[in-house]
Amino acid sequence: MDARALKEGIVSGRLDADALSAGFADLHAPLSDHEALVAADRCYFCHDAPCMTACPTDIDIPLFIRQIATGTPEAAAKTILAQNIMGGMCARVCPTETLCEEVCVRETAEGEPVQIGRLQRYATDTLMAQGVHPFSRAASTGKRIAVVGAGPAGLACAHRLAMHGHDVVVFDARPKAGGLNEYGIAAYKSTEDFAAREVDWLLQIGGIEIRNSMALGRDVTMAELQSDYDAVFLGMGLGGVNALTAPGAEKEGVLDAVDFIADLRQSSDLSALPVGRDVVVIGGGMTAVDAAVQSKLLGALSVTIVYRRGRDRMNASVWEQELAAAKGVRIITNASPVAVHGNGAVREIEFEFTDDELKPTGQTFRLAADQVFKAIGQTLTGEDLPDLDGRKIAVTGSGRTSVKGVWAGGDCAAGGEDLTVTAVAEGRDAAEDIHAALMRA
Amino acid sequence: MADLTTDFVGIKSPNPFWLASAPPTDKEYNVRRAFEAGWGGVVWKTLGEAGPPIVNVNGPRYGAIWGADRRLLGLNNIELITDRPLEVNLREIKAVKRDYPDRAMVVSLMVPCVEDAWKAILPLVEETGADGVELNFGCPHGMSERGMGSAVGQVPEYIEMVTRWVKQNTRMPCIVKLTPNITDIRKPAMAAHAGGADAVSLINTINSITSVDLDLFAPEPTIDGKGAHGGYCGPAVKPIALNMVAEIARTPEMANLPISGIGGVTTWKDAAEFMALGAGNVQVCTAAMTYGFKIVQEMISGLSQYMDEKGMTSTSELVRKAVPNVSDWQHLNLNYVTKARIDQDLCISCGRCFAACEDTSHQAIAMSEDRVFTVKDDECVACNLCINVCPVEDCITMERLEVGAIDERTGRPVAAEHGDWTSHPNNPSAQAAE
Repeated sequence: MDARALKEGIVSGRLDADALSAGFADLHAPLSDHEALVAADRCYFCHDAPCMTACPTDIDIPLFIRQIATGTPEAAAKTILAQNIMGGMCARVCPTETLCEEVCVRETAEGEPVQIGRLQRYATDTLMAQGVHPFSRAASTGKRIAVVGAGPAGLACAHRLAMHGHDVVVFDARPKAGGLNEYGIAAYKSTEDFAAREVDWLLQIGGIEIRNSMALGRDVTMAELQSDYDAVFLGMGLGGVNALTAPGAEKEGVLDAVDFIADLRQSSDLSALPVGRDVVVIGGGMTAVDAAVQSKLLGALSVTIVYRRGRDRMNASVWEQELAAAKGVRIITNASPVAVHGNGAVREIEFEFTDDELKPTGQTFRLAADQVFKAIGQTLTGEDLPDLDGRKIAVTGSGRTSVKGVWAGGDCAAGGEDLTVTAVAEGRDAAEDIHAALMRA
Repeated sequence: MADLTTDFVGIKSPNPFWLASAPPTDKEYNVRRAFEAGWGGVVWKTLGEAGPPIVNVNGPRYGAIWGADRRLLGLNNIELITDRPLEVNLREIKAVKRDYPDRAMVVSLMVPCVEDAWKAILPLVEETGADGVELNFGCPHGMSERGMGSAVGQVPEYIEMVTRWVKQNTRMPCIVKLTPNITDIRKPAMAAHAGGADAVSLINTINSITSVDLDLFAPEPTIDGKGAHGGYCGPAVKPIALNMVAEIARTPEMANLPISGIGGVTTWKDAAEFMALGAGNVQVCTAAMTYGFKIVQEMISGLSQYMDEKGMTSTSELVRKAVPNVSDWQHLNLNYVTKARIDQDLCISCGRCFAACEDTSHQAIAMSEDRVFTVKDDECVACNLCINVCPVEDCITMERLEVGAIDERTGRPVAAEHGDWTSHPNNPSAQAAE
């Protein structure tokens, strides 16, 4: 171990290029043809399959697996993509261990589910590698729809609308489309620029214009959208980050995990990306795990996730927790941050143990930290939005908001888990509802 | 450990596992390796008459079908009899038999249907010290086009005639190998018996096209764009072979005709099944061609263990043990009433039983909202399909209704006495029970 690896503070180049590329390689290598056949053969083709019920996008999983088993992964891909146009990304990032694979009858029988996620990736990768886009547009309806947010919800909505013959303009605040797929997912889950490639592939349907760096409320207003378009779909996600209220939270080195993840994803040279020697991540969700694991992979020597509740309450799945542990991340639960110490820059962060009702116990401890990532949730931002349900946009049915002609879906809308696959389902279903509404009018 | 020594038509071998006449037994090198691995005997790959050697195709000669993970389930071949000179084969047979006197060495033969051809070759085989001959009346491809192999095996009169020639011209035991490509296996077997055969062996391979190349539109294996039917063997043919063996074994006139069982024997269990249905020993080919000669070690250990568990000390105790229970449909007890039962602790709720029963059978399985599957006794005819499609062993079982219990499907109590079709009131030719 050289001096670089041990250096205190937030520095780049802790690991050499080989270690970095090994660490950030594809988390699940793609299945080979033979592996896919063997994996597909394990599917029992269940009646009214539990996996299908568990999938937020209702992909006909037994059918697509049988299509793989019989040598037609292209047909399998069409089965998947007809329900979930981002089936390629969902195959990579879905917490399948809490969705389809959790209820797979072979999980029940043997504790070893059919590898649905990897099979889905095999099928969609096969089709995408051929450059085939299997859907085409219906005759033009002359209707124009504004979609806010080019993430999973917005793009799924836009694609389905375009397919029905509508013209769609997608406004996105970021310089690149993709939303969290592009900016918010660990790099080892979306290698070789997959998120961007998937967006390009999706746009082959035609009829979708993406306007980047256009934020709602800054570059375009709700009123403009409502007057210029026949319908509006809001899928801008959660733009704000919850603040850390502990004293000292403003110190240098205390950062938002989502920014770190985004920087990492946009980085073309990981050896130039700085990371602390002692990293502490506050939070218990996927974002916390993604930030912690990637800190470790960048060369941080000690990385600790600290979560205020018990382990069973963590939003990160057990599988994700185990991934973090396997990468050398320590997880401390039932502890809340009470103070950030340091002279200008963070040096230590102090926690207090809490009981299951979050009541402080009076017992405190300190962790050395030269970098602290806050992963304690994101919030909806924006003005002139439809009515809220709690801190998100209230929706009924297929994403209808309190405002006529305005639909919402994805993380910014109330209800559903904040998952890529859920966002896709909501975007798709809103598109169907918008289509039905516009065609009735 | 049980004694696996077998005496088959006077030919002794340390175990009942012989390699069938086929590529694995085509030459000295292979057979020596087989004997070293533990095989009890071999039937040397079929010799033809002296003269210019046989030629084979120079493209693929095998085709296959596979199960999961490319497990080979069925193999098809268009290879002919040995394509090596007769004198080379004879020399090698002699050398191997000399070095392995305790192993069975049977020589498969196929020469034209004229007595002189048989008269010519039999002394040459005798001279090698071989233990016996097997007449190849089974190969369904190539040689059959030339009036040999299954072309003989499909005509009982020819079988009887040639068998008689052989018995008249050699002191060696004569095993007649039968083709399954006929309608009633008992006819050729009876012909062999009538001709004086010491035993029959079956089955040889089944006419088959394993698959079609959907780009070339040609059968596989494809030779320059064309394909010809081959002979099918391997695990997939075992049920057909078992039935044919049993048909012969349970024919009273052939009750004492020894049978060498062939057809998809892959494990000790397969062998035990053939033997229980009447085979005195078994011959193996595809399993060896798939996994190599070492599999015989599993066959030996498995059969020994099974026999020990059953308290059998000799293979002869196993042979024909199931024959008395092979019956005709008309004699099956219609008063034996069972119902499917689903063990809810073992059930993994895949719903395959439901799909199969609901779509294709008797609508006798109910599915609840929360995916609990139960049998509707008033609809269940005990067809067994649910058990066959269930991926969990023993999850669904057939439970017999007690005598006197009401069969909810028919509303009638289960009768105590045996009642079959021969005495059933719906049978116009039924005879009243005496």
